[in-house]
Amino acid sequence: MKNKVEQCMAGALTWVDQRFPLTSNIKAHLTEYYAPKNFNFWYFFGSLAMLVLVLQIVTGIFLTMHYKPDAALAFGSVEYIMRDVSWGWLIRYMHSTGASMFFVVVYLHMFRGLIYGSYRAPRELIWLFGVGIFLVLMGEAFFGYLLPWGQMSYWGAQVIINLFTSIPFIGPDVSEWLRGDYVVSDATLNRFFAFHVIALPLVLLGLVVAHLIALHEVGSNNPDGIEIKAHKDPKTHIPLDGIPFHPYYTVKDIVGVAVFLMVFSAIIFFAPEMSGYFLEANNFIPADPLQTPAHIAPVWYFTPYYSILRAVPPIFNSQFPGVAAMGLSVMIFALLPWLDRSPVKSIRYRGSLYKKWLALFVVSFIVLGYLGTKPSNVWGVFDASTWIVGGADRATIVARIFTLTYFLFFILMPWYTKKDKTKPVPERVTA
Amino acid sequence: MKSQSIINTVKHGFLAAFFLTLPALAVAAGGDVHLDKAPVNLNNHESLQRGAKLFVNYCLNCHSANYMRYNRLVDIGLTEEQIKNNLLFAADKVGETMQVTMPKAEAKAWFGVVPPDLTVEARARTADWLYTYLRGFYRDDSRPTGWNNVAFANVGMPHVLWELQGQQVMKTEEHVAADGTKTESHHLALDKPGVMTPAEYDVAMADLVNYLVFMAEPAQVQRKKLGVIVLLFLGLLFVVSYYLKKEFWKDVH
Repeated sequence: MKNKVEQCMAGALTWVDQRFPLTSNIKAHLTEYYAPKNFNFWYFFGSLAMLVLVLQIVTGIFLTMHYKPDAALAFGSVEYIMRDVSWGWLIRYMHSTGASMFFVVVYLHMFRGLIYGSYRAPRELIWLFGVGIFLVLMGEAFFGYLLPWGQMSYWGAQVIINLFTSIPFIGPDVSEWLRGDYVVSDATLNRFFAFHVIALPLVLLGLVVAHLIALHEVGSNNPDGIEIKAHKDPKTHIPLDGIPFHPYYTVKDIVGVAVFLMVFSAIIFFAPEMSGYFLEANNFIPADPLQTPAHIAPVWYFTPYYSILRAVPPIFNSQFPGVAAMGLSVMIFALLPWLDRSPVKSIRYRGSLYKKWLALFVVSFIVLGYLGTKPSNVWGVFDASTWIVGGADRATIVARIFTLTYFLFFILMPWYTKKDKTKPVPERVTA
Repeated sequence: MKSQSIINTVKHGFLAAFFLTLPALAVAAGGDVHLDKAPVNLNNHESLQRGAKLFVNYCLNCHSANYMRYNRLVDIGLTEEQIKNNLLFAADKVGETMQVTMPKAEAKAWFGVVPPDLTVEARARTADWLYTYLRGFYRDDSRPTGWNNVAFANVGMPHVLWELQGQQVMKTEEHVAADGTKTESHHLALDKPGVMTPAEYDVAMADLVNYLVFMAEPAQVQRKKLGVIVLLFLGLLFVVSYYLKKEFWKDVH
């Protein structure tokens, strides 16, 4: 009996394989995809990003069933989901928490790439697809944030779209074209809904597939930053330091998923607002075009760039330099593969110079992020008699200094990575 | 050419409105007001029921709770029959939401603003702010309503609960320090007592705030209960998956 079932299954698989490369794909991407055996903590965040992506898509589909993309109904429909839809509150909190956790996971994933040089040759395209994913993700977050149609949704969108007004010559027309109106309105809400639920998710999925195809073509980097394909078994041609992704990393990633879901659930069930960082208090007031909130701040994951925008002073009364600096602060990640001139990839074998610059970058990112959540007078002003900076907001001056160090990390990279004293790299991966 | 000038007018009007409203909003937001801690306890059904009664009797005449259904009050221990008999003044059916009949245009003419919907007010303002606000009304004859508030300067709302609390006034005291510098301090004092003692009024406002917190997210008690179970399950999943991983990785050296 058992034999018959097995025969039947094998027959079915053969039938499929003759028409679709099922077995060969499972082999290429799972059971015979050889990943370095020395992945550490930092290597959980790629699979976790995939998990959050799936969660966002699934919860998003269910939210779309009940949400109304209409300026008169949007706010109420979110409350309807929170109250009257069965498990609606859970689906909504999963989605709102998922948005923030997506950025947590992606920032850690990018940091992994930074410390182990995962963007270096031959993985430049993986990195570029990744930067594309990051950009689209920021778009997703921005468009999605308008949908609850609260005060912060409305005025946040108003401020960001107005940034485009500062682009020379075409700015005013561009921002009007984006809004579809002279102010953020029902027309804006409808198009943002379309971008959020279909346009950008399609691009995002395409980029994720490209990211993975490129990764599986060249193989994963690892904490030693050396190529495991350089040492293969002469008979089997399997990398000596590689292990099949399935089952080894699938079972390992499940452990990571369990831990991640514990953090994720702790937020969803016990602190879905995260003290206003994930859901802002002002967004529980319906959008009112006639009343500007006293303090407009973006959600935490945008605040480092927002700080840079505020830190750059206007030139000839134009805000454009700030807007350009903000755009550059995000886009500059794409240049990393060509800025890094170090003979080694991993931080383990780099010298102290690189480590100091990286530490400065991390501090800059965090301080800018913190300042972006606060009004620029949060630390008061310098005494009028102070040399040069007298009368200026303390926080603005600090933000300017860290904006400078943020960019210097990238701009000086070719110099300090080349000058740095590196350590010898091992032949084979270490534990 | 003409449309461009309209755009510019709209844009400039917007900027002007933006900057003109800033100082007013800074006052309204009242960031530096000391807030009293609201004793919120969502498991205290009696407090929630008293709060619901106060809400329906006093707040719901002007403020709606458009997303709150009357029958959701079964979550705080009331039966649909009790809700119908005691709380259903403004609606016919227990499944309806808490609407007000006051037309918005008239409300605006009377108070200067349309009284905001209170469904999620506790999430927008915080419980402590509401608790301070509801206990912070004082007589101010310079205001059209005759009332002002410590948490919300020049508020449009009159003190609807004055019969319960009585009338407070703002007392100013001058202090002269040893070196001769003068400072002023302000504090509220009860001028005419109400039906309730100050302690009773504090309890009543705690009940009302408690109810407002419940109404802002009726699922929150269930949410926290479920969260414990989910975390226990995930803890178990972690243990099982950890040992599964260990078993598989035995042969990796």
